[in-house]
Amino acid sequence: MTALPTRSLEAWRYTDLRPLDAMSFAEAPAASIPGDLPDIGVPRLVFVNGRFDAAASSALMFAHDFATVTEESDLPLALINAQHAQDGLTLEIPAGVDAGVVLLISYANGGALHPRHRVSLGAGATLTLLEVIKGEGVYWHNPVTDIVLAQGARLAHYRLQNESREAFHLATIRVGAAADAAYESFTAVMGAKLSRAEFHVELSGAKAHTHVNAAQLLGDSQHGDFTSVVRHKAPDCSSRQTVKSVLSDAARGVFQGRIEVDRVAQKTDGYQMSQALLLSPAAEMDIKPELQIFADDVKCSHGATIGALDEEQVFYLRSRGIPEDTARAMLIRAFLTEALEPVTHAGAHALFEAAIETWWTGK
Amino acid sequence: MSATVETRDTVEALSVEKYKYGFTTEIAMEEFPKGLNEEIVRLISAKKGEPDWLLAWRLKAFALWQKLEEPHWARVEHPPIAYDELYYYAAPAAPAPKSLEEVDPALLNMYEKLGIPLNERAALAGVAVDAVFDSVSVATTFRETLAKSGVIFCPISEAVREHPELVRKYLGSVVPYGDNYFAALNSAVFSDGSFVYIPKGVRCPMELSTYFRINARNTGQFERTLIIAEEGASVSYLEGCTAPMRDENQLHAAVVELVAMDDAKIKYSTVQNWYPGDAQGKGGIYNFVTKRGACRGKNSKISWTQVETGSAITWKYPSCILQGDGSVGEFYSVAMTHNHQQADTGTKMIHIGKNTTSTIISKGISAGHSNNTYRGLVKIMPNASGARNYTQCDSLLIGDQCGAHTVPYIESRNASAKVEHEATTSKIAEDQLFYCRSRGLSEEDAVGLIVNGFCKDVLKELPMEFAVEAQKLLAVSLEGSVG
Repeated sequence: MTALPTRSLEAWRYTDLRPLDAMSFAEAPAASIPGDLPDIGVPRLVFVNGRFDAAASSALMFAHDFATVTEESDLPLALINAQHAQDGLTLEIPAGVDAGVVLLISYANGGALHPRHRVSLGAGATLTLLEVIKGEGVYWHNPVTDIVLAQGARLAHYRLQNESREAFHLATIRVGAAADAAYESFTAVMGAKLSRAEFHVELSGAKAHTHVNAAQLLGDSQHGDFTSVVRHKAPDCSSRQTVKSVLSDAARGVFQGRIEVDRVAQKTDGYQMSQALLLSPAAEMDIKPELQIFADDVKCSHGATIGALDEEQVFYLRSRGIPEDTARAMLIRAFLTEALEPVTHAGAHALFEAAIETWWTGK
Repeated sequence: MSATVETRDTVEALSVEKYKYGFTTEIAMEEFPKGLNEEIVRLISAKKGEPDWLLAWRLKAFALWQKLEEPHWARVEHPPIAYDELYYYAAPAAPAPKSLEEVDPALLNMYEKLGIPLNERAALAGVAVDAVFDSVSVATTFRETLAKSGVIFCPISEAVREHPELVRKYLGSVVPYGDNYFAALNSAVFSDGSFVYIPKGVRCPMELSTYFRINARNTGQFERTLIIAEEGASVSYLEGCTAPMRDENQLHAAVVELVAMDDAKIKYSTVQNWYPGDAQGKGGIYNFVTKRGACRGKNSKISWTQVETGSAITWKYPSCILQGDGSVGEFYSVAMTHNHQQADTGTKMIHIGKNTTSTIISKGISAGHSNNTYRGLVKIMPNASGARNYTQCDSLLIGDQCGAHTVPYIESRNASAKVEHEATTSKIAEDQLFYCRSRGLSEEDAVGLIVNGFCKDVLKELPMEFAVEAQKLLAVSLEGSVG
């Protein structure tokens, strides 16, 4: 097996995988699915311990059989995934088709899982893919998702990462967007003992657009790493990123976001904002926003803030008779709103709202 | 002839204009054999009549340096440096002068060409100039005035002899000899530099200034500067650099250490205009510098201001360790690169004490085929309650063959700290350019004006005489970048 990346690699300076390295995982056991999997009245595809569960899934004409994996990158986790991948979602939406909403559920309760998901949209096709990721107990989930968007295609990709608090979650999501294509994504990072979501989005055709948003809600001694590389490879593309982190107890949040602009990518419009709220003295946030720009006619900016809740705002609400805890909850909800903007589907939005509510009350 | 063609022609004429300060001074040089080994380190130390502890320190640094590897994390590229081909010590052959009258007239003449006639500048500007010609300080003015107020301002080699207890106490206390590859090299072979000591409660009566100048061919420059401000003391220190034209790349690995005790203030300003290489990227200085200040005392303040227009490669991160409660760190920087220059520069602000604050304003301008990177770290340690940082990094791109990069690291481990960072990258707005052009400014003047405006937040932090020079430098460095 390819070795796990170590902190001596610049891309991994804030996430230490030694706790994972020290563990050994057997092949994921067969498991029956729990009864409380979400159902929002749309076609759903269920993976249990990395295996497709046809019985729990809806029939979907766009789903195809799994094909073997060849890995061309040198990303350590993608290589490990390729060496072990045995199953995964293969979704191909033909040109011009609006495939509506598809719910992808990943459930795990043991072992090491290396699913390889592939989603491709033909010219002008549209799809909303809602991923719900959850589990119980100790396991390692190492999914790789490869997404190809042809000209004018539009994919809305929402991920609710709510893994078991004892689990390791290391996801790699790679997107190629052709001219006029749009990749709109939002990830909620709430679960896992140690997690990382790593996005690589390439805007390779003119006027392609992307949103790579996230909200991290972490407590206890959770470690959450959200890493993204948005690469502008063609003119007139735009990218937007809002990453919000709320950290309580001894949680540690990481955001590394790089915007790359190639020589040819004139008229690029890139924007990135990452903000973190530290709710307790032991919480930690590390941010590394990065701009790498080789074209001159561009507009790129990033901003980053780290701080506590504004006590003046809390005081304002309390002076209006709102109890302190409610006031704080309101402010945190407001803080997260901007990150949720790409989530336009009502059912998906409600799902995230409920998850955030549960997180807050369970704290 | 259209306006554009005309501009381009003018620009071409300008860009072949010789580097203004590219001349060499012919005076007899005393050189050690080239290359670097323990013998050379011993020779340098013996030459300066150094005490045993300093030789031992140099040797420890040298032994470590041999084991270290050159860092490669910065966004700079250069052919391997042949450390064995460099000369590690060069000094004018005549004995060190005691007063201005004794200074070699050829040297004085050279400084005059650089625009720093010692007598005049000293008299008119009230600035004490400690001019470093290659490795030995050749003249120090206003020593008496300074001595009256108890300020020590002298070459560090002299300080080793006259004030060994101070040097021994503070040398390497901010930048240890093993800090990094270039700091280790400097610790082993540093030849000279400035030493400043401001006693308790003293406000230095004048601005102190040092001009560094690389002259001898194939000579690395390894200055070491140490500034100590005792409780309640304050000082403003200026450093300017120009170097004559050379084809070989020359290595400059300096170390600057600042120490500020309770309520002390140190302001350190730099205008760096080493030879940047020609339009094809041939020649130029490799400027690998370690600068760090320690705010050891309560409410102390260290402020770095730099204007970097020269050098083929700049690798430099003036930093502040904010240890004392309520201490303040500031970093104001303009870095301009043109032709094939590469700059990787920024700062580190380490917040250790309570209620420490830091401000970072960085302006990067890239033109031609150059690459300009801001790299910075803001670190809030768990005990730094109430710490505050504000960072602003703006980049301006001129031309479509250059690159501008921003790599900030922000680490906060205290919930009551507040950290803010913002960065933008853009080109000069067409409407601003059009506005200036419609008022009759040439394209080049318009760009110069807009760039000066872009850098204003930093330039206004410079002492007056430097601000004027810096503005001129920016305009000269921009020549040939538009059209």
